[in-house]
Parts: sequence; structure tokens; C-alpha cells
Amino acid sequence: MTTMKLTLAKALNAGLRKAMEDDPKVVLMGEDIGRLGGVFRVTDGLQKDFGEDRVVDSPLAESGIVGTAVGMALRGYKPVVEIQFDGFVYPAYDQIVTQVAKFHFRSGGRIPMPMVIRIPFGGGIGAVEHHSESPEAQFAHTPGLKVVACSNPADAYWMIQQAIASPDPVIFLEPKRQYHAGAVEVDLDATPDPLFTSKVAREGDDVTVCAYGPTVGVALRAADAAAGEGRSLEVIDLRTLSPLDLGPVEESVRRTGRCLVVHEAHVNLGVGAEVAARLTESCFYSLEAPVLRVGGLDTPYPPARAEHQWLPDLDRVLDAVDRSFAW
Amino acid sequence: MPDVDFVQLLTPEGERVEHPDYSFTGDDETVRGLYRDMVLTRRLDVEATALQRHGELGIWAQLLGQEAAQIGAGRALRQQDYVFPTYREHGVAWCRGVDPLRLLGLFRGVDFGGWNPSDHNFNLYTIVIGAQTLHATGYAMGVQRDGVVGTGDPDRDTAVVAHLGDGATSQGDVNEAFVFAASYQAPVVFFCQNNQWAISEPTTRQSVIPLYRRADGFGFPGIRVDGNDVLATYAVMQSALQRARDGGGPTLVEAYTYRMGAHTTTDDPTRYRHSDEVEHWKLRDPIARVEAHLRRNGLADGEFFEQVAREAEELGVHLREGCRQLPEPVVTDLFDRVYTEISPELADQRDEFADYVGSFEEAVR
Ligand SMILES: Cc1ncc(C[n+]2csc(CCOP(=O)(O)OP(=O)(O)O)c2C)c(N)n1
Repeated sequence: MTTMKLTLAKALNAGLRKAMEDDPKVVLMGEDIGRLGGVFRVTDGLQKDFGEDRVVDSPLAESGIVGTAVGMALRGYKPVVEIQFDGFVYPAYDQIVTQVAKFHFRSGGRIPMPMVIRIPFGGGIGAVEHHSESPEAQFAHTPGLKVVACSNPADAYWMIQQAIASPDPVIFLEPKRQYHAGAVEVDLDATPDPLFTSKVAREGDDVTVCAYGPTVGVALRAADAAAGEGRSLEVIDLRTLSPLDLGPVEESVRRTGRCLVVHEAHVNLGVGAEVAARLTESCFYSLEAPVLRVGGLDTPYPPARAEHQWLPDLDRVLDAVDRSFAW
Repeated sequence: MPDVDFVQLLTPEGERVEHPDYSFTGDDETVRGLYRDMVLTRRLDVEATALQRHGELGIWAQLLGQEAAQIGAGRALRQQDYVFPTYREHGVAWCRGVDPLRLLGLFRGVDFGGWNPSDHNFNLYTIVIGAQTLHATGYAMGVQRDGVVGTGDPDRDTAVVAHLGDGATSQGDVNEAFVFAASYQAPVVFFCQNNQWAISEPTTRQSVIPLYRRADGFGFPGIRVDGNDVLATYAVMQSALQRARDGGGPTLVEAYTYRMGAHTTTDDPTRYRHSDEVEHWKLRDPIARVEAHLRRNGLADGEFFEQVAREAEELGVHLREGCRQLPEPVVTDLFDRVYTEISPELADQRDEFADYVGSFEEAVR
């Protein structure tokens, strides 16, 4: 067994490196990803090893980056685009929604659009505006795009490779506040779970807590705290938002009868709403309480010194657990 | 370093030189004023950088080295002109009378810009690269409709300035702004500080021709000025602004300068640029050349320089003491700012959130 001790950023780096070694058609494109290695250093050293043709420092234009990635994909390449921060994906939104998402469909299924668009997302890093957002619902709402979010180094290592291997365009969300958090041993010989599946991150009996990306850690800490109060939370890492894989969630909710969905994105019309609606259909008679959503408030992202209050934290999760039990 | 061709009126050694098309019309008092502005702007930058290092600011976008470009552009404005800055225009903000303390709020993370744009004709900082160039153009289209272009009244005719960086020139928004401005002959000046770097990418990644020549293809004049020469920048901007106010349409001014510091306090430029480049530019310092000029020609005495230094000290104290006292953001207040008329569902969320926060305070009591 080969293992490596990796942070989330280093695991992504290793996954990208592996994908580039395995497939010469993989090309990375983005702002400052070459010599600098990206503002988060996720692509550190890759330009040095694979050259400027495969790790491309793009001009400062997101629509240009994604639009030319479409052309590269049409020419048989597999572009992996880095968007520097979540809030700067919007200049490319048109290309993503009207072109990337629809190519396969419009071509009558003849032309695939294999492309990965990596977006560091979420808050908690004390940044200025536009650097802490959670735009996943906007992409998950777009047919033709697949949307996944990693939450830990092992998943990051495997999921990025699987996303690159996928013939469909994948929006790949990376919880930026965890990039350089604690390194863990990653088994490089493991057989990974399939990409578009959710996974139980911690078993429990009383409440099912669905999370993804940065909120998985929040949910796990809440589970620790709840255990001290005699309540057992089952935490499910959704991992994939489009398609959603609610099989493990339904299995869990049939046992617990209670469910929360935790995400940093605004609750209104978000991923949590979709999960709640589906569970209402599939698990109606098992539910002891409505599915509760814990998320970012329905204001624009706040100034950094208020973000700790705005973001869903351990207390807000525990509060929702109480509310679920009090129902 | 390629030899560049630009308008220069004060050499790095502090010699005044002539240019066939541009001249600096200010008197010695004006030069002393520009010097003072630059020194105070640099102090503001140094102080804010230190505040970031002490954890008082989350991040700071440094302007070190770009003082002449910003003060030249800022002091060429008339009261009625309107400015659309990026996130780095601290010197222009200074010229517009914005209390430098107010600039810190965004970087401390307590607000998104603590000044009222209409009090200063100075928009909030825009972080999304290039977006503000379209706003400036649209604002200038409004100015046209108000009939305050080309009336000949110096107190009414109005120009608009869009600030942008070299990296920004690649954005679709910027190119669209150029198209709209040209199409309507809008009274806007695009002031591009080519500081040679967009984070880690050199200007050559964005453009294979000098940036000012981009204007040609859009159908309006482009001019390059020594952005480390405050006199030249002032003169070139005065001329471009006057052209806009007179109804002559847009101009692209490329101020050729250098970002002496990091992109922001979180950046590490040693990863992508050589120190000899920085050394080369140190010799072109925008403040040193004005000081040399003033001293050599006896245009300012020791008392003047001491006075400016004292003011810089006072500014430092103002920033250090004021920064910690900037009001903290309160989450429950944010709900009321989302819309002019809050929706019932958002009001409910606000009240529930207030109750939730209140429950902790009760628990503490
Ligand atoms: C649309 C968008 N994409 C990316 C970024 C991230 N970013 C911030 S500053 C910057 C470089 C800007 O370079 P330039 O326009 O030359 O201005 P400078 O910072 O050098 O003043 C980048 C890529 C952003 N703010 N907005």
C-alpha cells in the first residue's frame, strides 16, 4: 500500500499530476496557475514538470478561459479550468450555461464536452467580498452540468481524477478554507467510490445530517458535541449535488426519522430545498419532523468580520437538532 | 526592460524636460502639493500594510510605486468629474477627499467601502476585474444626456474616469466598455495603470502590443505616459479629461508604472519575478524625483519637508487609532440592506435570527 500525507490542496495537486501523467490530453488552464502555482498553490510545480502547453497561464478573462476550453475540448483535449475564486466565475457564466452545458445535447449526443471547472468555494477565510461564495445551486440548476464537492484529502485526490475522466462537464467545488488544513494519510492504491455517490461520513441513529464541502467538518464536529448530550448524529457527505445520490440518505432517514441539510449557500432555493423536497416524497411516512435546512442567510455574503455569525456553525446545527426533536 | 516611448516631463533624476504636445501648467505651489499628496499616500499605504501585518486588516492591496500615476490622475480632476476606481486607488481616493480611514473598512472586513460615493464623486472600490469600466461608460452616457458636455462652462462640463489595470484589459467587460464609449463618444477617460503585473502574470501575457495602442482599433486616441512622473501624468490626464468634457469622446491613457510591492499582502512575488527588476524600478521612484527637483531648484525649504513629514506622522496615528475603532458589522443589520423594501420572508428570517442570537445572550446572563 502506498500512502502519502496530504492536505486537501496537495491531494488535488497529486490527483491533477496523476491525471496528467495518465492522459496527455489533459490541459490545465487558468489565471496564475503556472509559475505561481495558483493563488492557493493547488497547481504548484505542475507547469515546471509538464510545460507551458499543458499548464497554461491564461489572460485575465474568465469567459475567454472557459470559451477557449470549449474549443480545446472540441479538438480532443480535456481542459481542466481553474477559476481563481467563486465570485469570479460569473464572467464565464454565459459560456458555462449556454455552451458547456448544452453541447452534448445540441449535437444530438454526438459531441461530448469533457471539461472540469474547478472552483474554490465557501467562506471562513476572512477575505474581501466575492471571495467566499457558494454558487453551487446556480450550476446544479443547469441541466447538462454535473456538480460535485470534495470535503477531505482522500476524496479530493480521487474525485479530481474521476471528474477529469468523466465525459461530461463537471463543476468541481473545492472547500477553500480546508486547502491547507491538517494533512492526512491518503491511500494511493485504494479503490475509490464512484464519483457520483454520496457516502456516510459518520454513523448515528437519531438524526441524519447531510453536508458537503466545507460543512462536512462542521457536521462532524456537531456530531461529536451532540454525542456528549446523548444524541447520535449520522453525517452523510453528499459529495455530488448534480446528480444527487440520496440512496444513503433515504436509508438513513428511514432509521432516524429526522434530517438536516447543512450548506454555506443561501437556504432559499438551494440544494437543501431539493433534498427536502425529495425526502418528503420518498420518506414521507418515516419522517418525525420536517427536513430542516441550516445554511447561509439570504443576504449577500457579509463583510468578513461578520462571517462567523453568518455561516452555519456547530451551534446552528445543534440548534436545528433541538428544533427537529422539539417538533 | 524594453526602452519605452512615453510622455515624460520630469526625469527620474528630477530634471524638467519638454514635450511637444504636453506641458505641465501648474506653478511651484502645485508641485509641492503633488509631492505632499504622494508622500501622504505612501504613508497611508505603509501604515495599512503594517496594520495588516498586525492582524488589524485581513488583506491590503498595496500601491507602493504607483503614487505618481494616482495623484497625477486624481489632481487633474475637477470637482464635478466622477471616478470609478478598482481596489487599489487609495491615492485617487485621497484626492477626492475620502478619509483614508474609510478605505480600511473593506480590507478589515467591516464593510464594503465606508464612504458615500456621491459625497466624493468617487464610486465604491470594484474588485471584480473590469466591471467598473462599463459603469463609468454608462455614467458618462448619463452625463451626455444631462447636457453637461461641451457647454464651455468649466464648472459644469463633466468627465468620468474608469480606472483599470493591465490585466483588466483582457476582460470582455473592458473591451465592451471601449466599444460603447467609442460608439457614443462618451466623455470617459480609461486610465490604465500598467504596473507590469497582474498578480503573477506579466503584461505581455495580456497584450503583444503596447496597451495604449489598443485604443486605435476601437477608434479613439491612446496615449502612454510615464506613470512614475506625476507632472506628466497630471498634464496628460488634464488634456484627456478636457477633451472628454469638451465632447471629444473617450481616451485611453496608459500610465506606465510598476507595482513595487506584492499584489496584495497575501501574495509572494518572489515566486514569479526577479529582484533586479524591482531594483531597476527603485531608481525610477515617483516621489524621489519630485523631491530632487524641489530641493535642487530651491522650490521648497527644510521647513516644508518637515511639515509634510509631520503630517504623515499624524496620518499614521489617525489610521492606527481609527482602524481598531471602525464599527463592527452586525449581522441582523445586514438584512435591512438587501432591498430598499425588505420582503416579508426576509424580515421573518431577520427576526428569527435575532431571536436565535438573543437566546445565546440570555444563556450567558
Ligand atoms: C473577474 C475577476 N477575475 C479574477 C480576479 C482575481 N484577481 C484580483 S486582482 C487580479 C489581477 C489584476 O491585475 P491588473 O488588472 O493588472 O490590476 P492590478 O492588481 O495589477 O492593479 C486578479 C486576477 C478578480 N478580482 N476578478
